[in-house]
Amino acid sequence: MAEPLDVDRLLADPAIRIVVCCGAGGVGKTTTAAALGLRAAEVHGRRTVVLTIDPARRLAQSMGLSELDNTPRQVKGIDGENGGELHAMMLDMKRTFDEVVQQHTTPQRATEIFANPFYQAMSSTFAGTQEYMAMEKLGQLRSTDEWDLIVVDTPPSRSALDFLDAPARLSRFLDGRMLRLLLAPARSGKSMFSLVTASFGLFSRAVQKILGAQLLTDLSGFVAALDSMFGGFRQRADETYRILQDPQTAFLLVAAPEKDAVREAAYFAERLVAERMPLAGLVLNRMHRSEIPGLSAERSEAAAEALTGDQQMTADALRIHAALMRQVEREVRVAATLTEAFPTVPATSVTAQPADVHDVDGLRTIGTLLV
Amino acid sequence: MGEHVNSRWPARLHVVTGKGGTGKTTVAAALALGLASGGRRTLLVEVEGRQGIAQLFEVKPLPYKELRIAQVAGGGEVRALAVDPEEALLEYLDMFYHLGAAGRALRKVGAIDFATTIAPGMRDVLLTGKVKEATTRSHDGRRVYDAVVLDAPPTGRIGRFLNVTAETARLTKMGPIKTQSEGVASLLRSPITSVHVVTLLEEMPVQETLDAIAELKSLNISLGRIIVNGARPALLTAGKVTKAELKRGLADAGLPTDAAAVNGLAAEAKAYLTRRELEESLRTELAEAGRPTVELPLLPGGADRAGLDELARELMRA
Repeated sequence: MAEPLDVDRLLADPAIRIVVCCGAGGVGKTTTAAALGLRAAEVHGRRTVVLTIDPARRLAQSMGLSELDNTPRQVKGIDGENGGELHAMMLDMKRTFDEVVQQHTTPQRATEIFANPFYQAMSSTFAGTQEYMAMEKLGQLRSTDEWDLIVVDTPPSRSALDFLDAPARLSRFLDGRMLRLLLAPARSGKSMFSLVTASFGLFSRAVQKILGAQLLTDLSGFVAALDSMFGGFRQRADETYRILQDPQTAFLLVAAPEKDAVREAAYFAERLVAERMPLAGLVLNRMHRSEIPGLSAERSEAAAEALTGDQQMTADALRIHAALMRQVEREVRVAATLTEAFPTVPATSVTAQPADVHDVDGLRTIGTLLV
Repeated sequence: MGEHVNSRWPARLHVVTGKGGTGKTTVAAALALGLASGGRRTLLVEVEGRQGIAQLFEVKPLPYKELRIAQVAGGGEVRALAVDPEEALLEYLDMFYHLGAAGRALRKVGAIDFATTIAPGMRDVLLTGKVKEATTRSHDGRRVYDAVVLDAPPTGRIGRFLNVTAETARLTKMGPIKTQSEGVASLLRSPITSVHVVTLLEEMPVQETLDAIAELKSLNISLGRIIVNGARPALLTAGKVTKAELKRGLADAGLPTDAAAVNGLAAEAKAYLTRRELEESLRTELAEAGRPTVELPLLPGGADRAGLDELARELMRA
């Protein structure tokens, strides 16, 4: 087992300005992020903002978030005795993208871009847009220097790595070779495909046939309108990437003790290390524990079988205990594969709660279990 | 081969979705195994490049090829396919334009990546188009597959993924892609298709299940069942525990009856009852969706082949 993760020291450290919670979908990232934010504000007196991507409705409501309005809202009902504040916001992907466009171009160009069907498709469906916009928003929040601590919940992506890869992929896409080829008419006034190689000509004819000429006109318009923004896009993506690598950032990898989640977490941990991202610790979430670990599953099952009909209640209680013991065993075994693979990464575990968390009290409980 | 693979699962294309972590890949695999019983042949397809099928069956990553992944008692078999959008596009271009080596060259310059990236809707048309092709494929007048099971994208993306016509219509007004997307759209709205949603009795998965069902219903896509995964047996049905009775029971069973044992067991039983009460209210919420529901047991030994066969039997009984 790795050394224990000291969550309080992390949250109290004034040099830590960003905590990124990452991991597979469904492991409790959002709840963990909210609980960390609450503890940073209440216990450590920090002015904290939690950026959530897609919180459960009731959790969002408990933090006073009723809409995707892209604006941090102060969470009420928290203990501000230590001078801390908690703010929370939900990411509005499309609005964030619109803001980026507005900042990098003239109002007239922005209007053209917003009207283009490609922009509309891309700002809402491009694989990785959500991840990219989450990182963009993080960059914006950090640049105002308004917050002691920013806690980020990463999007539930196809692969948990998308948010690392998305900025590079998007900027590669936006100033890639293909787009430059398509951009040729905007730059030289010549036909879009006159300068390209034979295979690209073939490709463009195929694209034209399959997708229709209208699509290429729209695309070329989109690309021409975005032309002025390429440099800006790439620069921002690079800046955000550097912030993530900086020691002011701490990545917490959240995992549930299930085979799939642990496999994804291991892959993710390897990537963070390879990308020189500061992996501060592992959070093993939703670990079950028994009140009476001394009574084995086998023994309680045998006892349950032996009990007669009028002892049904005790027999059932023993079966519940036996199932819990087996679950604990399995979870400990699965969790160990992760902690053993990353022996130098500090770890903490959070006991599973019987019901889902959807109020500030519940988040406070998770916060105390985290440390 | 009969018109229907199975009177309880009458569709030929079974689309399995669910929130991440609910076990949709496991359920899709179990359904493919179950539908292959009685000497039938099924195809299990994945489209997200996760190689979830290979991991589940503990084999090497799947190529873009239909390969046998499991044999089923009675002479049936399950084949598996991991659809890669780039390969699907090349195959498609080849079919219509005979690109041959030029197609491979396009991949080298990044054109394929580009084409599937500029139009995410196109990517989904290619993926669902491949699934449609496998579902309707015949050889010597016989269907190649009795059933196709698609391990589909999760609930959060399923509506957009299956609503291919709307997505492509935004970008393309004519051409073969449009024709293909229309073919896929009508298949998904016909009785040949059935979309099943996998959930756990937990708040977020249930909420997403209900959202997905509402969304698919509004798109007129053929809905199948709600599949509750990891269901636990109902114990303590009387709904209460008393320490005095527990103490007597423990004594009868020859187990320790000290305060720690009694209190511990009582606390665990109460936590179970809290959990079950929540599960019951989630069951009620699910019932309001008005879809037939099937519950699959939690697999104590995990999703190995024996576990998958057990789930397959449960599914075929339902």
